[in-house]
Amino acid sequence: MPGPSSPAAPRDPGLQPERTRLAWRRTTLACAVATSLAARQALRAGTGPVPLLCVALAALAWLCFLGVAARRIRAVSVPRPPALSPRAAAAAAGCTLALAAFGAALTR
Amino acid sequence: MIDTDRTPGRGRLASVVADVRLWFAPERLRAEGETPDYRFSLANERTFLAWLRTSMALVGGGFAIDQFLPDTDRTLRLAAALTLLAGGAVCAIRALNHWIRCERAMRRGEDLPASRFPVVLGLAVGVIALVMVALVAVRWGG
Repeated sequence: MPGPSSPAAPRDPGLQPERTRLAWRRTTLACAVATSLAARQALRAGTGPVPLLCVALAALAWLCFLGVAARRIRAVSVPRPPALSPRAAAAAAGCTLALAAFGAALTR
Repeated sequence: MIDTDRTPGRGRLASVVADVRLWFAPERLRAEGETPDYRFSLANERTFLAWLRTSMALVGGGFAIDQFLPDTDRTLRLAAALTLLAGGAVCAIRALNHWIRCERAMRRGEDLPASRFPVVLGLAVGVIALVMVALVAVRWGG
């Protein structure tokens, strides 16, 4: 976990970058929980190729989220971080949407 | 979307289309107004993430209902699960849309967009919780 950038960095009274980093971590964790439930849902149908493919797809959605989060966590670890890009935001929301669509397809 | 505020002089559909275009064109967002204090942008980002977590909780709840209530009537179980999953999807799309509208409003120095979504979501979750309480009570009583 990146600590304070350097002693010369301006003091941020609100610890905004750190809070933002932790928010990304929390959200990645929430995504992991939803992904585990999705995988469990898929495996209820047995362990054939189709359920395993579904598990792989859910894992992919989570990895995608993890990638976005990791990049963003690195990007906010500087004294004056740039704003989140709409593409990264769309990717993060897209992972959630993928899990929801996945769930709708798997309910029985 | 349920967000009330929109740019005056444009139709609702046109404004939604413009918002959606912004999702994939960061350079157009940066072209608007001035870059706000980074702390405001980060606060907006955390709000977006909080909404995303809400959305994931709804999606996870949908999965949980389908998996952990095997004895419930199938129609009821499917309806509840699909409602939660759809709620999660709407919540994620709305989170993205609201984030970008707030970001744009901050760049332009406008007021932040007002939204009815939190009230609607809160009421929906409240109603679902009351129905669940009633169902559990009926089961115990009967």
